[in-house]
Formats: sequence, C-alpha cells, structure tokens
Amino acid sequence: MAKNKKSLSYELIKGIVKENPLFVLVLGTCPALAVTTSAFNGLGMGIAFTFVLIMSNVVISALRKVIPDSVRIPAYITIIASLVTIVEFLLKAYTPELDQSLGIFIPLITVNCIILGRAEAFANRNGVLASIMDAIGMGLGFTLALLLMGSLREILGFGTFFGINMPWIREGGLRPIGILALPAGGFAVFGVLVAVFNKMNHRWYSRKPDDIMDRRNYPGSISARTDSPFISAESASAGTEAIAIAEGSVPESMTEPGERSLSSGERK
Amino acid sequence: MQEMFKILFSVILIDNLVLSRFLGVCSFLGLTKDLKNSMGMSVAVIFVMLVSTAITYPIYSSLLAPYGLGYLQTVVFILVIAATVQVLEAVIRKTMPPLYEAMGIFLPLITTNCAILGVMLINIQESYSFVNAIMNSLGAGLGYTLAMFLFVGVREKLETADIPDAFKGLPSTLTAASILSVSFMGFSGVIENLFG
Repeated sequence: MAKNKKSLSYELIKGIVKENPLFVLVLGTCPALAVTTSAFNGLGMGIAFTFVLIMSNVVISALRKVIPDSVRIPAYITIIASLVTIVEFLLKAYTPELDQSLGIFIPLITVNCIILGRAEAFANRNGVLASIMDAIGMGLGFTLALLLMGSLREILGFGTFFGINMPWIREGGLRPIGILALPAGGFAVFGVLVAVFNKMNHRWYSRKPDDIMDRRNYPGSISARTDSPFISAESASAGTEAIAIAEGSVPESMTEPGERSLSSGERK
Repeated sequence: MQEMFKILFSVILIDNLVLSRFLGVCSFLGLTKDLKNSMGMSVAVIFVMLVSTAITYPIYSSLLAPYGLGYLQTVVFILVIAATVQVLEAVIRKTMPPLYEAMGIFLPLITTNCAILGVMLINIQESYSFVNAIMNSLGAGLGYTLAMFLFVGVREKLETADIPDAFKGLPSTLTAASILSVSFMGFSGVIENLFG
C-alpha cells in the first residue's frame, strides 16, 4: 500500500462507494444497526465518529515515530478513548437530546473497528495531510451510509424525515412499516443495502468486494483477528509491516462476514 | 432475589445482547460459520464479561465516582479490559490447559469486542448493585451464547440455499438475523408476567 502512493483526492473519495467502511468493508456494524432508527441520529453518530477518526488519525500520524512498535495498539486505544471522551463532553454540552438518544454508543466509538483499522493501516504509515484526507473520506463514507440507513428506516418506519411528516404517509393512505424501526428491521435494511453496494461495486469497479477487503489493512476487523495465521505467516516474511493482534493461531475456516470462500470459483 | 432473576432472564431473552442491543454483531456475523468456534467464543465472552465486571464495577464505585472522575470511565474500562484479557490468557494457559484449549484463541479477539465494554457501561448506566451487575453480565453472556447457537443452525441451512447473486454471503445472513430477531420479539411481556 505504501508503494503505490495515491493522490490526495483519491484518498478522499475512495471511502464513499469503493471502500465504503460500512457496506463494503463491513466494519462498525454495531453502532450502524443500533442508532439508525432516525436520520438525525444517524447523521449525529456519523459526525461524532468522523471527528474522532480525523483527530485520531492526526494524533497517531504525528506521533507515529514516537510510539514504540511493541505497545502501539494499547497506545492507540488510549488515544482513541481520550478523544471519544472529548466528543462525549461536546455532545452533552451542545446537543443533549442527541446524547440521550445515542446513549452508550458514543463511548463505544472507542472499540469501533474502523478507527483502530485506519490508525493501523493508514495513519501509522502516512503523513499528517494524507491521514486527514483518508479520515475525512472514510468518515464521509460512514456518515453517508448511516444517513442513508437512518433515512430509509425513518421514512419507511415512522413516516417522517428529520422529524418532518412525509405528505404521502398519513391516515387512510400509505402507512408506515413499523417493523423497520425495530431491531429486526435494522438487520433487514442493512442486508438489502449491502446487496445494493455489492452490485454497484461489481458494476462500477468491475471487482467483487472480496478483492477490496485487505486483511492486512484492517487489524481491528474480524477478518484480521481471525486470520492471524495468515498475518503471522506474512509478518515473518514482510518484517514489521503486518502485525497480529491475536497471539495464538485461529482456524482458517473463519473468515470475514460476507466473504466468499476463495475456492468458489466466482472470482474474476 | 426476584430482581436478580428478572434481570437475568430479561437480558437473555428480551434485551438480547446481539439481537436487540446490537452489541457484538461483528463477532456474531463472523464466527457463526461453525458450532465449535462460536461456542469457544461464547465461553470466552461469558468468562471475560464476568471477570471484567468484577474488576471494573468496584473501580468505578470506589475510585472514580467518589472523586467525580466518572468521565474517565471509557478510558479506564478499555484499559482494564485489555489488561484483564492479557492476564487471563496467561493464567488460563498455565493453570487450566483444557479450558485454554477451548477458548484461548478467542481471548485476544475480545478486547475490541464491543459487547464487553458495552455491558460494563450499561451496568454503570443502570446503576445496578454489584450482585445485579454480575447477573446482568452473566445474562448478557448467556444471551450472546444463545443467539450464536441458534444462528449457527440457521446458517448451516443457508449454505445450501439457492440465493440471488447479489444476496449471496453477508446480505442473506443479515436477512436471516433479522428473522431471528423477530422471533425474539415474541418474548416481550413474558418476563413482566412471570416476575411482575
């Protein structure tokens, strides 16, 4: 990744469709499912998340030569947790009702796979400016994804959009589909959107999402953690470039959610 | 006593960790491909959940809260969880090899599992007593196990199903999770009537 350096604008736009963190990389699913009951919550969560991501990328890329390699994961987690605490204070002070509705999912930004993943994959190896671009792009992708999910669930589930009643959903006409606002609807909407993004990626970039998922680049995600044999084999050959969070080896039968097995013969 | 059981059962069935609170969804989707791995992960989650509740709860109530340092909870909890996982792994490997065999490989994955931090925060938020907090953690772990166990069965059937191309893989899994979540909605009201 460090070899073929891409332009700043590429870093900015790749997060929106091609490497959308939520629908393509399938990271950060917990907050995405839980807070998207309304478009406003989705947007708020996205902005809070983007702020943490930008700040953590800046701090980590600035400190990347100072933090010793062996303790970098705990150091990153501490930096991220402190930033999350700052965001929590800001939300409590300026938008108390958003803070109420997001609840524990604000502190849980700390363990969001995307932030640790970007820290490890990008901020650790690139300068501050490129890291900011990367964070803005990824944050934008995540925010748009949450906004999309939130809007769909709010419009179809409650018949409102940002709290404003939709004119065509009213008594005697079309009625809201209540289940979409419930947890079950969250899973269903997410499933449909992942399918749509699969299709879009296939058409626009003529590649399957499997090819974009780069295990080495997402140590915080399930894929990297469950594919530690893969990583340790690689780190033996590639030096410090790849690390394994997991010390023990994990059976190879476990793979990324949504990842098709290599032997299925569908790959292009 | 009644309150304890009320918390235990409602967190297993109604506020199920995965299916209605959306905590630990990553591992739920990633590890439910076969029974052995999912059960190993579940045992590890229950174990770490209980131990880190037993550690974080006293830290919060005796160190952070009295001195007005409650806002440090996120930083402190995540560090405690990370340290707990490391220590537990070493201790279990040394003293209980069969248990380590069963869950050892999943322990390091747990640090960034949002279920653990989430449950710690819920315990504080709901201002449970120590015993109730332990019950809540136990129930959350058991609920996670139940959801994993059920979903492994569902996914085995999905493997052989004929699904449209775009829905293969994750989308069909999520749709199945949605249906499982609907079935858990049927439990609402049961607890109130049992313990009401």
